[in-house]
Amino acid sequence: MAPAVRLHEAVALAGRFPLLAGASLEVGEGEVVHLRGPNGAGKTSVLKVLAGLLAVHSGEATVLGRDLVADRRAVRREIGMLGHQSFLYEELTVEENLRFAVRANRGVVTGIRPVLEQFGFAGRLASIPVGRCSAGQQRRASLAVLVARGARLWLLDEPHAGLDQDGRDLLDELLTGARAAGRTVVFASHELERAEAIADRVVHLAGGRVVEPPEPTGASDSPAPSAQAARQTISGPAVPVTEDPAHVA
Amino acid sequence: MLRDAVLVAGKDLRIEIRSRVGLNQIGPFAIAVLLLFGLALGPDRRVLAPASAGLFWVAVLLSTLLAVQRSYAIESADAARDGLRLSGLDPAGIFLGKASAVAAQLLVLEAGLTVGVTLLYGAHLSGALVLVAACAAGTLGLAAVGTLYGVVASGLRTRETLLPLLFLPVVAPVLLAATKAWDAALAGTPSHAGGWLDVLVVFAVLYIAIGTVAFGPLLEDG
Repeated sequence: MAPAVRLHEAVALAGRFPLLAGASLEVGEGEVVHLRGPNGAGKTSVLKVLAGLLAVHSGEATVLGRDLVADRRAVRREIGMLGHQSFLYEELTVEENLRFAVRANRGVVTGIRPVLEQFGFAGRLASIPVGRCSAGQQRRASLAVLVARGARLWLLDEPHAGLDQDGRDLLDELLTGARAAGRTVVFASHELERAEAIADRVVHLAGGRVVEPPEPTGASDSPAPSAQAARQTISGPAVPVTEDPAHVA
Repeated sequence: MLRDAVLVAGKDLRIEIRSRVGLNQIGPFAIAVLLLFGLALGPDRRVLAPASAGLFWVAVLLSTLLAVQRSYAIESADAARDGLRLSGLDPAGIFLGKASAVAAQLLVLEAGLTVGVTLLYGAHLSGALVLVAACAAGTLGLAAVGTLYGVVASGLRTRETLLPLLFLPVVAPVLLAATKAWDAALAGTPSHAGGWLDVLVVFAVLYIAIGTVAFGPLLEDG
Protein backbone atom coordinates (compact mmCIF):
# COMPACT_ATOMS: atom_id res chain seq x y z
CA MET A 1 0.00 0.00 0.00
CA ALA A 2 1.31 3.46 -0.85
CA PRO A 3 2.31 5.57 2.13
CA ALA A 4 0.02 8.38 3.20
CA VAL A 5 2.99 10.73 3.25
CA ARG A 6 6.21 10.52 1.32
CA LEU A 7 8.95 13.12 1.23
CA HIS A 8 12.11 12.34 -0.67
CA GLU A 9 15.04 14.75 -0.52
CA ALA A 10 12.54 17.56 -0.15
CA VAL A 11 13.94 21.06 -0.14
CA ALA A 12 11.77 24.03 0.87
CA LEU A 13 12.99 27.59 0.92
CA ALA A 14 12.14 30.87 2.61
CA GLY A 15 13.74 33.26 0.15
CA ARG A 16 17.16 31.64 -0.21
CA PHE A 17 17.17 30.12 3.26
CA PRO A 18 16.52 26.38 3.30
CA LEU A 19 13.75 25.49 5.73
CA LEU A 20 14.00 21.88 4.62
CA ALA A 21 17.36 20.76 3.31
CA GLY A 22 16.64 17.39 1.75
CA ALA A 23 14.17 15.84 4.17
CA SER A 24 13.04 12.28 3.51
CA LEU A 25 10.15 10.73 5.36
CA GLU A 26 7.49 8.11 4.89
CA VAL A 27 4.35 7.75 6.98
CA GLY A 28 2.01 4.84 6.48
CA GLU A 29 -1.77 5.10 6.29
CA GLY A 30 -3.19 5.10 9.81
CA GLU A 31 0.15 5.76 11.45
CA VAL A 32 0.71 8.35 14.20
CA VAL A 33 4.13 9.96 13.91
CA HIS A 34 5.76 12.35 16.34
CA LEU A 35 8.20 14.85 14.84
CA ARG A 36 10.86 15.69 17.33
CA GLY A 37 13.76 18.08 17.27
CA PRO A 38 15.09 21.35 18.66
CA ASN A 39 13.69 24.73 17.71
CA GLY A 40 14.44 25.47 14.07
CA ALA A 41 14.89 21.80 13.21
CA GLY A 42 12.22 21.95 10.51
CA LYS A 43 9.21 20.37 12.26
CA THR A 44 6.80 23.16 11.38
CA SER A 45 8.23 23.32 7.87
CA VAL A 46 7.58 19.60 7.34
CA LEU A 47 3.98 20.08 8.46
CA LYS A 48 3.56 23.12 6.21
CA VAL A 49 4.97 21.24 3.23
CA LEU A 50 2.61 18.35 3.87
CA ALA A 51 -0.30 20.80 4.07
CA GLY A 52 0.77 22.42 0.82
CA LEU A 53 1.34 25.75 2.54
CA LEU A 54 5.03 25.67 1.71
CA ALA A 55 6.26 24.91 -1.79
CA VAL A 56 8.74 22.11 -2.42
CA HIS A 57 11.66 23.63 -4.30
CA SER A 58 13.22 20.31 -5.23
CA GLY A 59 12.77 16.67 -4.34
CA GLU A 60 9.53 14.75 -4.11
CA ALA A 61 6.48 15.22 -1.93
CA THR A 62 3.41 13.02 -2.12
CA VAL A 63 0.49 13.22 0.30
CA LEU A 64 -2.48 10.84 0.12
CA GLY A 65 -1.43 9.88 -3.37
CA ARG A 66 -1.21 13.43 -4.68
CA ASP A 67 1.96 15.01 -5.95
CA LEU A 68 2.43 18.29 -4.08
CA VAL A 69 5.22 19.41 -6.40
CA ALA A 70 2.76 19.43 -9.28
CA ASP A 71 -0.21 20.82 -7.32
CA ARG A 72 0.05 21.64 -3.66
CA ARG A 73 -3.63 22.57 -3.39
CA ALA A 74 -4.82 19.16 -4.49
CA VAL A 75 -4.80 17.56 -1.07
CA ARG A 76 -6.25 20.27 1.11
CA ARG A 77 -9.80 18.98 1.39
CA GLU A 78 -8.42 15.79 2.92
CA ILE A 79 -6.11 17.31 5.50
CA GLY A 80 -6.67 19.15 8.72
CA MET A 81 -4.00 21.32 10.26
CA LEU A 82 -3.57 22.76 13.70
CA GLY A 83 -0.90 25.44 13.68
CA HIS A 84 0.59 27.79 16.21
CA GLN A 85 -2.24 30.18 15.41
CA SER A 86 -5.90 29.37 15.39
CA PHE A 87 -6.76 29.94 11.68
CA LEU A 88 -10.10 31.22 12.98
CA TYR A 89 -12.00 34.47 12.44
CA GLU A 90 -12.12 36.43 15.67
CA GLU A 91 -15.37 38.23 14.87
CA LEU A 92 -17.24 35.02 14.10
CA THR A 93 -18.57 32.79 16.82
CA VAL A 94 -17.12 29.35 17.43
CA GLU A 95 -20.15 27.79 15.75
CA GLU A 96 -19.94 30.14 12.75
CA ASN A 97 -16.27 29.29 12.31
CA LEU A 98 -17.12 25.61 12.34
CA ARG A 99 -19.96 26.06 9.87
CA PHE A 100 -17.73 28.03 7.53
CA ALA A 101 -14.94 25.44 7.68
CA VAL A 102 -17.29 22.53 7.11
CA ARG A 103 -19.15 24.20 4.26
CA ALA A 104 -15.86 25.22 2.65
CA ASN A 105 -14.86 21.58 2.73
CA ARG A 106 -18.16 20.53 1.08
CA GLY A 107 -19.33 18.94 4.33
CA VAL A 108 -22.75 18.96 5.95
CA VAL A 109 -23.22 21.19 8.96
CA THR A 110 -25.83 19.03 10.65
CA GLY A 111 -23.11 17.11 12.45
CA ILE A 112 -21.31 20.00 14.07
CA ARG A 113 -23.41 20.20 17.25
CA PRO A 114 -21.94 17.03 18.81
CA VAL A 115 -18.46 18.21 17.88
CA LEU A 116 -19.07 21.54 19.61
CA GLU A 117 -20.23 19.72 22.72
CA GLN A 118 -17.27 17.36 22.60
CA PHE A 119 -14.94 20.34 22.84
CA GLY A 120 -16.81 22.10 25.60
CA PHE A 121 -18.86 24.53 23.50
CA ALA A 122 -22.30 23.47 24.58
CA GLY A 123 -25.13 26.00 24.65
CA ARG A 124 -24.29 29.68 24.66
CA LEU A 125 -20.53 29.11 24.62
CA ALA A 126 -20.81 28.21 20.95
CA SER A 127 -22.20 31.68 20.30
CA ILE A 128 -19.21 33.54 21.70
CA PRO A 129 -17.03 35.32 19.14
CA VAL A 130 -13.69 33.56 18.96
CA GLY A 131 -11.89 36.82 19.75
CA ARG A 132 -13.51 36.79 23.20
CA CYS A 133 -12.50 33.21 23.96
CA SER A 134 -9.45 32.40 26.04
CA ALA A 135 -6.36 31.04 24.33
CA GLY A 136 -7.25 27.55 25.51
CA GLN A 137 -10.80 27.85 24.22
CA GLN A 138 -9.49 29.07 20.87
CA ARG A 139 -7.25 26.03 20.76
CA ARG A 140 -10.24 23.80 21.46
CA ALA A 141 -12.20 25.59 18.75
CA SER A 142 -9.38 24.91 16.28
CA LEU A 143 -9.43 21.26 17.25
CA ALA A 144 -13.20 21.21 16.80
CA VAL A 145 -12.75 22.54 13.25
CA LEU A 146 -10.19 19.84 12.58
CA VAL A 147 -12.57 17.11 13.72
CA ALA A 148 -15.65 18.59 12.06
CA ARG A 149 -13.88 18.69 8.68
CA GLY A 150 -13.36 14.93 8.84
CA ALA A 151 -9.85 15.05 7.46
CA ARG A 152 -7.93 11.88 6.58
CA LEU A 153 -4.55 13.33 7.49
CA TRP A 154 -4.04 15.41 10.60
CA LEU A 155 -1.08 17.74 10.83
CA LEU A 156 -0.63 19.14 14.32
CA ASP A 157 1.97 21.65 15.39
CA GLU A 158 2.43 21.72 19.16
CA PRO A 159 -1.17 20.62 19.73
CA HIS A 160 -0.82 20.51 23.52
CA ALA A 161 0.27 24.15 23.74
CA GLY A 162 -2.25 26.46 25.36
CA LEU A 163 -4.48 23.67 26.63
CA ASP A 164 -5.25 23.03 30.27
CA GLN A 165 -5.00 19.57 31.81
CA ASP A 166 -8.49 18.56 30.71
CA GLY A 167 -7.81 19.88 27.24
CA ARG A 168 -4.59 17.90 26.99
CA ASP A 169 -6.34 14.76 28.11
CA LEU A 170 -9.07 15.43 25.56
CA LEU A 171 -6.46 15.89 22.84
CA ASP A 172 -4.75 12.64 23.75
CA GLU A 173 -8.10 10.83 23.60
CA LEU A 174 -8.74 12.46 20.27
CA LEU A 175 -5.44 11.28 18.86
CA THR A 176 -5.97 7.79 20.19
CA GLY A 177 -9.43 7.78 18.64
CA ALA A 178 -8.03 9.07 15.36
CA ARG A 179 -5.54 6.24 15.23
CA ALA A 180 -8.29 3.73 15.97
CA ALA A 181 -10.34 5.25 13.16
CA GLY A 182 -7.46 4.76 10.76
CA ARG A 183 -6.54 8.40 10.36
CA THR A 184 -2.96 9.35 9.73
CA VAL A 185 -1.49 11.84 12.17
CA VAL A 186 1.81 13.70 11.97
CA PHE A 187 2.48 16.00 14.88
CA ALA A 188 5.25 18.03 16.44
CA SER A 189 5.30 18.39 20.18
CA HIS A 190 7.68 19.25 22.98
CA GLU A 191 5.38 17.41 25.39
CA LEU A 192 7.57 14.36 25.06
CA GLU A 193 5.93 12.04 27.53
CA ARG A 194 2.46 12.60 26.16
CA ALA A 195 3.65 12.53 22.57
CA GLU A 196 5.51 9.29 22.86
CA ALA A 197 2.64 7.62 24.65
CA ILE A 198 0.46 8.35 21.62
CA ALA A 199 2.85 8.02 18.72
CA ASP A 200 3.60 4.84 16.82
CA ARG A 201 6.92 6.24 15.80
CA VAL A 202 9.24 9.16 16.48
CA VAL A 203 11.05 10.95 13.68
CA HIS A 204 13.96 13.18 14.59
CA LEU A 205 14.69 16.35 12.70
CA ALA A 206 17.68 18.68 12.76
CA GLY A 207 18.79 21.33 10.32
CA GLY A 208 15.84 20.73 8.02
CA ARG A 209 16.56 17.02 7.63
CA VAL A 210 15.40 13.78 9.12
CA VAL A 211 18.27 12.46 11.19
CA GLU A 212 19.30 9.57 13.36
CA PRO A 213 18.02 9.88 16.92
CA PRO A 214 20.61 11.48 19.19
CA GLU A 215 22.47 9.18 21.54
CA PRO A 216 21.09 9.53 25.06
CA THR A 217 23.66 11.19 27.31
CA GLY A 218 21.79 11.20 30.58
CA ALA A 219 22.51 14.91 30.88
CA SER A 220 20.14 15.69 28.07
CA ASP A 221 17.09 17.77 28.86
CA SER A 222 15.01 15.51 26.69
CA PRO A 223 14.26 11.88 27.32
CA ALA A 224 15.69 9.23 25.07
CA PRO A 225 13.56 7.95 22.22
CA SER A 226 11.18 5.24 23.26
CA ALA A 227 11.42 1.64 22.20
CA GLN A 228 8.63 2.39 19.74
CA ALA A 229 10.83 4.85 17.96
CA ALA A 230 12.13 3.98 14.57
CA ARG A 231 15.26 5.25 12.92
CA GLN A 232 14.88 7.46 9.92
CA THR A 233 17.56 7.91 7.35
CA ILE A 234 17.82 10.88 5.09
CA SER A 235 17.57 8.87 1.93
CA GLY A 236 15.17 6.12 2.85
CA PRO A 237 12.04 5.16 4.71
CA ALA A 238 11.81 4.18 8.33
CA VAL A 239 13.92 1.30 9.54
CA PRO A 240 12.49 -0.17 12.75
CA VAL A 241 14.76 -0.02 15.74
CA THR A 242 16.10 -3.26 17.05
CA GLU A 243 15.64 -3.70 20.76
CA ASP A 244 18.62 -1.64 21.75
CA PRO A 245 18.53 -1.10 25.53
CA ALA A 246 20.24 2.22 25.07
CA HIS A 247 17.15 3.51 23.33
CA VAL A 248 14.62 2.25 25.82
CA ALA A 249 13.31 5.05 27.93
CA MET B 1 -16.95 28.36 -7.68
CA LEU B 2 -20.11 30.42 -7.22
CA ARG B 3 -21.05 28.43 -4.14
CA ASP B 4 -17.65 29.23 -2.64
CA ALA B 5 -18.02 32.87 -3.65
CA VAL B 6 -21.33 33.13 -1.81
CA LEU B 7 -19.80 31.46 1.26
CA VAL B 8 -16.81 33.82 1.35
CA ALA B 9 -18.89 36.94 0.64
CA GLY B 10 -21.31 35.97 3.40
CA LYS B 11 -18.45 35.43 5.81
CA ASP B 12 -16.77 38.75 4.99
CA LEU B 13 -20.01 40.73 5.19
CA ARG B 14 -20.98 39.07 8.45
CA ILE B 15 -17.60 40.06 9.91
CA GLU B 16 -17.95 43.63 8.63
CA ILE B 17 -21.46 44.01 9.99
CA ARG B 18 -20.31 42.70 13.34
CA SER B 19 -17.09 44.71 13.56
CA ARG B 20 -18.72 47.91 12.20
CA VAL B 21 -15.42 49.07 10.75
CA GLY B 22 -17.18 50.17 7.59
CA LEU B 23 -19.79 52.12 9.50
CA ASN B 24 -17.44 53.64 12.07
CA GLN B 25 -14.34 54.24 9.98
CA ILE B 26 -14.69 53.92 6.20
CA GLY B 27 -17.97 55.87 6.00
CA PRO B 28 -16.75 58.77 8.14
CA PHE B 29 -13.48 58.77 6.19
CA ALA B 30 -15.35 59.18 2.90
CA ILE B 31 -17.49 62.00 4.31
CA ALA B 32 -14.34 63.68 5.64
CA VAL B 33 -12.82 63.52 2.16
CA LEU B 34 -15.89 65.25 0.72
CA LEU B 35 -15.71 67.93 3.42
CA LEU B 36 -12.00 68.50 2.83
CA PHE B 37 -12.55 68.90 -0.89
CA GLY B 38 -15.25 71.42 -0.06
CA LEU B 39 -12.85 73.34 2.18
CA ALA B 40 -10.12 73.28 -0.44
CA LEU B 41 -12.34 74.54 -3.25
CA GLY B 42 -14.31 77.02 -1.15
CA PRO B 43 -17.99 77.36 -0.37
CA ASP B 44 -19.05 78.54 -3.84
CA ARG B 45 -21.46 75.93 -5.18
CA ARG B 46 -20.92 77.21 -8.70
CA VAL B 47 -17.43 75.74 -8.33
CA LEU B 48 -18.35 72.69 -6.29
CA ALA B 49 -21.35 71.44 -8.25
CA PRO B 50 -19.54 70.97 -11.57
CA ALA B 51 -16.72 69.19 -9.75
CA SER B 52 -18.98 66.95 -7.71
CA ALA B 53 -18.74 63.92 -10.03
CA GLY B 54 -14.94 63.87 -9.90
CA LEU B 55 -14.83 64.53 -6.17
CA PHE B 56 -17.38 61.77 -5.59
CA TRP B 57 -15.30 59.21 -7.46
CA VAL B 58 -12.02 60.29 -5.85
CA ALA B 59 -13.69 59.75 -2.48
CA VAL B 60 -14.89 56.33 -3.66
CA LEU B 61 -11.39 55.40 -4.86
CA LEU B 62 -9.76 56.34 -1.57
CA SER B 63 -12.45 54.51 0.38
CA THR B 64 -11.91 51.42 -1.77
CA LEU B 65 -8.33 51.30 -0.52
CA LEU B 66 -9.59 51.15 3.06
CA ALA B 67 -12.23 48.55 2.25
CA VAL B 68 -9.71 46.32 0.48
CA GLN B 69 -7.16 46.66 3.26
CA ARG B 70 -9.86 45.76 5.74
CA SER B 71 -10.87 42.76 3.62
CA TYR B 72 -7.36 41.34 3.96
CA ALA B 73 -6.85 42.49 7.55
CA ILE B 74 -9.51 40.01 8.63
CA GLU B 75 -7.50 37.26 6.96
CA SER B 76 -4.24 38.23 8.64
CA ALA B 77 -5.43 37.85 12.25
CA ASP B 78 -4.58 34.43 13.65
CA ALA B 79 -3.19 33.35 10.29
CA ALA B 80 -6.72 33.12 8.91
CA ARG B 81 -5.17 33.56 5.45
CA ASP B 82 -3.50 30.16 5.88
CA GLY B 83 -6.81 28.86 7.13
CA LEU B 84 -8.44 30.15 3.96
CA ARG B 85 -5.79 28.41 1.85
CA LEU B 86 -6.31 25.19 3.79
CA SER B 87 -10.08 25.43 3.63
CA GLY B 88 -10.38 23.70 0.28
CA LEU B 89 -12.25 26.64 -1.25
CA ASP B 90 -11.81 27.32 -4.95
CA PRO B 91 -9.43 30.32 -5.21
CA ALA B 92 -11.59 31.81 -7.96
CA GLY B 93 -14.54 31.54 -5.58
CA ILE B 94 -12.53 33.25 -2.84
CA PHE B 95 -11.69 36.08 -5.25
CA LEU B 96 -15.27 36.53 -6.38
CA GLY B 97 -16.54 36.33 -2.81
CA LYS B 98 -14.11 38.88 -1.43
CA ALA B 99 -14.63 41.21 -4.39
CA SER B 100 -18.41 40.93 -4.01
CA ALA B 101 -18.21 41.77 -0.32
CA VAL B 102 -16.04 44.83 -1.03
CA ALA B 103 -18.40 45.87 -3.83
CA ALA B 104 -21.44 45.54 -1.58
CA GLN B 105 -19.84 47.78 1.03
CA LEU B 106 -18.84 50.32 -1.61
CA LEU B 107 -22.33 50.47 -3.04
CA VAL B 108 -23.73 51.30 0.39
CA LEU B 109 -21.01 53.91 0.80
CA GLU B 110 -21.77 55.41 -2.61
CA ALA B 111 -25.41 55.82 -1.64
CA GLY B 112 -24.25 57.87 1.34
CA LEU B 113 -21.76 59.85 -0.74
CA THR B 114 -24.46 60.63 -3.30
CA VAL B 115 -26.45 62.28 -0.55
CA GLY B 116 -23.23 64.00 0.54
CA VAL B 117 -22.47 65.61 -2.83
CA THR B 118 -26.08 66.71 -3.10
CA LEU B 119 -26.06 68.41 0.28
CA LEU B 120 -22.48 69.68 0.37
CA TYR B 121 -21.82 70.54 -3.26
CA GLY B 122 -25.32 71.27 -4.46
CA ALA B 123 -25.22 68.64 -7.19
CA HIS B 124 -28.58 68.17 -8.92
CA LEU B 125 -29.20 64.47 -9.40
CA SER B 126 -30.50 63.56 -12.82
CA GLY B 127 -30.09 60.66 -15.17
CA ALA B 128 -30.57 58.22 -12.33
CA LEU B 129 -30.19 55.19 -14.57
CA VAL B 130 -26.77 56.30 -15.75
CA LEU B 131 -25.70 57.18 -12.22
CA VAL B 132 -26.70 53.73 -10.98
CA ALA B 133 -25.17 51.93 -13.96
CA ALA B 134 -21.89 53.81 -13.55
CA CYS B 135 -21.84 53.01 -9.85
CA ALA B 136 -22.53 49.33 -10.48
CA ALA B 137 -19.94 48.85 -13.23
CA GLY B 138 -17.36 51.18 -11.68
CA THR B 139 -17.69 49.56 -8.29
CA LEU B 140 -17.29 46.07 -9.70
CA GLY B 141 -14.12 47.18 -11.47
CA LEU B 142 -12.71 48.84 -8.37
CA ALA B 143 -13.54 45.87 -6.17
CA ALA B 144 -12.00 43.42 -8.64
CA VAL B 145 -8.77 45.39 -9.01
CA GLY B 146 -8.58 46.06 -5.28
CA THR B 147 -9.12 42.42 -4.39
CA LEU B 148 -6.54 41.31 -6.95
CA TYR B 149 -3.83 43.72 -5.86
CA GLY B 150 -4.87 43.38 -2.25
CA VAL B 151 -3.84 39.74 -2.21
CA VAL B 152 -0.46 40.70 -3.66
CA ALA B 153 0.09 43.38 -1.04
CA SER B 154 -1.37 41.45 1.88
CA GLY B 155 1.45 38.95 1.91
CA LEU B 156 4.07 41.66 2.28
CA ARG B 157 5.16 43.72 5.26
CA THR B 158 4.83 46.89 3.20
CA ARG B 159 1.18 46.19 2.38
CA GLU B 160 -0.25 49.47 3.70
CA THR B 161 1.97 51.58 1.46
CA LEU B 162 2.23 49.18 -1.47
CA LEU B 163 -1.48 48.76 -2.13
CA PRO B 164 -2.13 52.42 -3.09
CA LEU B 165 0.89 52.36 -5.39
CA LEU B 166 -0.41 49.26 -7.16
CA PHE B 167 -4.08 50.16 -7.11
CA LEU B 168 -4.41 53.85 -7.93
CA PRO B 169 -2.62 53.93 -11.32
CA VAL B 170 -4.54 50.89 -12.53
CA VAL B 171 -7.95 52.31 -11.67
CA ALA B 172 -7.33 55.65 -13.39
CA PRO B 173 -9.59 54.54 -16.29
CA VAL B 174 -12.41 53.90 -13.82
CA LEU B 175 -11.98 57.35 -12.29
CA LEU B 176 -12.02 58.96 -15.72
CA ALA B 177 -14.90 56.97 -17.20
CA ALA B 178 -17.09 57.06 -14.11
CA THR B 179 -16.55 60.78 -13.68
CA LYS B 180 -17.42 61.45 -17.33
CA ALA B 181 -20.52 59.26 -17.10
CA TRP B 182 -21.66 61.04 -13.95
CA ASP B 183 -20.85 64.43 -15.44
CA ALA B 184 -23.06 63.63 -18.41
CA ALA B 185 -25.88 62.44 -16.18
CA LEU B 186 -25.68 65.40 -13.79
CA ALA B 187 -25.58 67.81 -16.73
CA GLY B 188 -28.86 66.37 -17.98
CA THR B 189 -27.31 64.67 -21.01
CA PRO B 190 -27.21 61.01 -19.98
CA SER B 191 -27.11 59.88 -23.59
CA HIS B 192 -23.52 61.17 -23.73
CA ALA B 193 -22.50 58.64 -21.08
CA GLY B 194 -22.87 55.55 -23.26
CA GLY B 195 -19.26 55.21 -24.33
CA TRP B 196 -17.96 55.80 -20.82
CA LEU B 197 -20.31 53.18 -19.41
CA ASP B 198 -18.93 50.75 -21.98
CA VAL B 199 -15.42 51.47 -20.73
CA LEU B 200 -16.52 50.75 -17.15
CA VAL B 201 -18.18 47.48 -18.13
CA VAL B 202 -15.19 46.30 -20.18
CA PHE B 203 -12.82 47.22 -17.35
CA ALA B 204 -14.92 45.34 -14.79
CA VAL B 205 -15.27 42.24 -16.96
CA LEU B 206 -11.55 42.26 -17.77
CA TYR B 207 -10.40 42.47 -14.16
CA ILE B 208 -12.97 39.98 -12.91
CA ALA B 209 -11.64 37.54 -15.52
CA ILE B 210 -8.00 38.27 -14.65
CA GLY B 211 -8.71 37.96 -10.94
CA THR B 212 -10.56 34.68 -11.35
CA VAL B 213 -7.54 33.17 -13.08
CA ALA B 214 -4.68 34.87 -11.22
CA PHE B 215 -5.97 34.95 -7.66
CA GLY B 216 -5.04 31.36 -6.83
CA PRO B 217 -1.33 31.61 -7.65
CA LEU B 218 -1.15 35.03 -5.99
CA LEU B 219 -2.78 33.70 -2.83
CA GLU B 220 -0.33 30.81 -2.72
CA ASP B 221 2.78 32.84 -3.40
CA GLY B 222 1.91 35.87 -1.29
